[in-house]
Amino acid sequence: MPQPLLEVEDLTVHFPTEDGLVKAVDGISFSIQQGETLGIVGESGSGKSVSFLTVMGLVNQKQAHITGSVRFQGQDLLTIPAEELRTIRGAKMSMIFQDPMTSLHPFYKVGQQIAEAIRTHQPVGKAEAWDQAVDMLGRVGIPRPEERAKQYPHEFSGGMRQRAMIAMALSLNPDLLIADEPTTALDVTVQAQILDLIDRLKSEFNAAVAIITHDLGVVAEHCDNIQVMYAGRIVEAGDTNDIYYKSHHPYTWGLLRSIPRLDSATNERLKPIQGSPPSLINVPSGCPFHPRCPYVMDVCKVERPPLNPADGHHASACHLTLTDKQRIFSEEVLVHR
Amino acid sequence: MGRYLIRRTLFLILVLWIVSVVTFVIFVKLPPGDPARRATGGRGASEEQIEAARHNFGLDKPILTQYLRFAKGLVPWPSWFLYDEVYHSYGSNVPVKEQVFSRLPVTIALAVGAAVMWLLLGVPIGIISAVKRRTIIDRASMVFALIGVSAPVFWLAQLALYIFWFKLEWMPGSGIPLDQGVFKAMLTGRFIMPWVVLSLTFAAFYARMIRGNLIETMGEEYIRTARAKGLSERKVVFRHGLRAALTPAVTLFGLDLGGLLGGAIITESVFNLPGIGKLAIQSIYNSDFPMVMGITIIGAFFIIIANLLVDVAYAFLDPRVRYE
Repeated sequence: MPQPLLEVEDLTVHFPTEDGLVKAVDGISFSIQQGETLGIVGESGSGKSVSFLTVMGLVNQKQAHITGSVRFQGQDLLTIPAEELRTIRGAKMSMIFQDPMTSLHPFYKVGQQIAEAIRTHQPVGKAEAWDQAVDMLGRVGIPRPEERAKQYPHEFSGGMRQRAMIAMALSLNPDLLIADEPTTALDVTVQAQILDLIDRLKSEFNAAVAIITHDLGVVAEHCDNIQVMYAGRIVEAGDTNDIYYKSHHPYTWGLLRSIPRLDSATNERLKPIQGSPPSLINVPSGCPFHPRCPYVMDVCKVERPPLNPADGHHASACHLTLTDKQRIFSEEVLVHR
Repeated sequence: MGRYLIRRTLFLILVLWIVSVVTFVIFVKLPPGDPARRATGGRGASEEQIEAARHNFGLDKPILTQYLRFAKGLVPWPSWFLYDEVYHSYGSNVPVKEQVFSRLPVTIALAVGAAVMWLLLGVPIGIISAVKRRTIIDRASMVFALIGVSAPVFWLAQLALYIFWFKLEWMPGSGIPLDQGVFKAMLTGRFIMPWVVLSLTFAAFYARMIRGNLIETMGEEYIRTARAKGLSERKVVFRHGLRAALTPAVTLFGLDLGGLLGGAIITESVFNLPGIGKLAIQSIYNSDFPMVMGITIIGAFFIIIANLLVDVAYAFLDPRVRYE
C-alpha cells in the first residue's frame, strides 16, 4: 500500500472546561489515501468535526490538550511551526463548512474572498487572482461568474454560497478537501447537486475528500470508505459496502434503520436510536454505547471493546461475536431496508 | 440613494420644527424668570421701563403672534439662518447668530480633539484586550475602562486642574485669554486637559464596546473560514475581525461627535471654555430665549446631520444595508 496522504494516529483532543474534561476525540486512528473519499459518520458530539478541525490546525492549542500524530504528506501537522502549517492550510488541504450562510464574510465580495485565498498562497497580482476566482466560480457551476464574483454573499442563495465555498476551497488545487456537513444546511434538492459537484471536482482536481456527516444516506453513493464515530471514538470502519451490507456494530445498525426510505411498501415508522448522545465528560464505562445498545451484555459495561478487524480492513468495536453480528444484522437490520 | 436623501432631508426639517416648537412651548409655559425684568437690570427698573423692554422683545403680543415671529426667524429667508431681527440676544444685545458662530470654533476644537483622542485611546485598547483576552493586559485595560466610565467628568476635570495646573503647574489653567484665538489656545496647550478629560469617558466606553464586538466577531464562522484559508492571524484579526467589529462603532461615533458639537456643557463649564455649551447654560440662566432657541436648533441640527451621515456611511460599510 502506498504511503497514505493523511495518517492520523491515536489522536486525542480534550478540552478542559469548568465542568470537567471534555473528551471530544479520544484516541482515533485512520488514514486517507490519495484520491480516496472517506465518509465520517456520527451524531452531534461524536467528535467527527473536532477531529478534522484538529487536522486543519483550527483547534486552539491553548484551549485543548491534543496528543497523537497527524501526518500529512509525511509531515506531522501537530508539531510543525504555525507558519509552516499555514502554508499547507488552505493550499494543500482545505475545508468547507456546514453553514454557507455564515461561513463567508458578509462585508467582502465573493470574488474578493476567493482571490484572497489565492493570493495568500500564490505570488499573483490582484487582477490575476480575481480572474482565477471568476474561473473557479464558473467551474463550480455558478452562472455568469464575472457578475456573480462582484456580488456579496447575501446576494447568493444557500446552494450558491456553498458552491462559492467549494470554489474557494479548491482554488489552490488541494490534495485533501474536508467537507464538514456540506449539505446539512441546504435544501434537499440542492444537497444532491452539491454532493455531485464535490464528486465531479474530486476527479477533476484529483483530490482526496473527507465528507463529515450525520446522515449515512448522504455518504452512500459518494464514499469509498466510511468510518462511524461515537463518543470521540471510531466504532466501525470499512468500505461503503461493508458498512451498508455487512455492518458489525449496533450503533451503525441504529443509523441504518433511521434512514428514511421512499420505496418502502409499508408505512413503517422510522426507528430512532433510543436514548441520547453520551456526555463527553462522564463517558459511560466500558463500551460508551452500552446504555443505548439493545444487545448489551455484562462485559460491555466494564470492558471497552477494541476496534477489531473482522476481515481485511473492516473493523468494529463491539463485544458481540462475529456470528452474532452477522445474524442480528441480516435478521433485524437488513430486512427493514 | 438620491430618493432616500431627499426623504431624510424632509425628515430633518420636520424634526427641527418639532424641536423648535417644544423649545418655544417650554420657554413660554415654564418661564424660569421674566426676560424683560432681567434685561432692564432687575429691581431698580421702573414698571414703565420693564413694559418698554417687554414691548421691545415682542413679549406683550399674543402667544401665537410671538410664535409666528420666532418661527419666521428660523425660515432661511430673508436671512439664511436665525434672522437677526428676531434672534437678537435679550441679554448682550447682539445677534444670536454672531454669538453662536463666534463660540462654535471652541466647541468644534474641543469635540473634534477629544474625539481623535478617544479613538486613538479606546480603539487600540479594545483591540488588544480582545486579542489578548484573559491576560494581564486585558484585565488592566478593563480596569481602566471601568474607572473611565465610572468617573464623572466634573470630578475628573477638577482633579486634573488641581494636580496639573495648581500643584504641578505643568498645564495652563482654565479659560482662554482674550487675546488668544482658538488656534493659538490649542498651541499653548489650553485644550490638552479638556481633551483628555472629555475623551476619557468615551475612550473607556469605546474600549469596552470594541473588545466585546471583536470577541463576538472572532467567534463567527467566517473567521474560521479566514483561518482555514491559511491567512496569518494578524490578517484574520485586522481584515476580517475588525472590519465587522468596528462597523457598529462608526454609528456610535457619529452620534457622540454630533452630540458634543452641540456643546460639551460640563467640560466647557469646568474649564471655563467659551463654547456653545457654556453659552447655553448662561442663556438659560438669563432667560435669554432667542439665544436658547438658536443653540437648541444648532445642537439638534448637528445631531440630525450626524445621524444622516452615520446612516449613509453604514450603507457603504455594510453591503447588506441598502436604502431605497
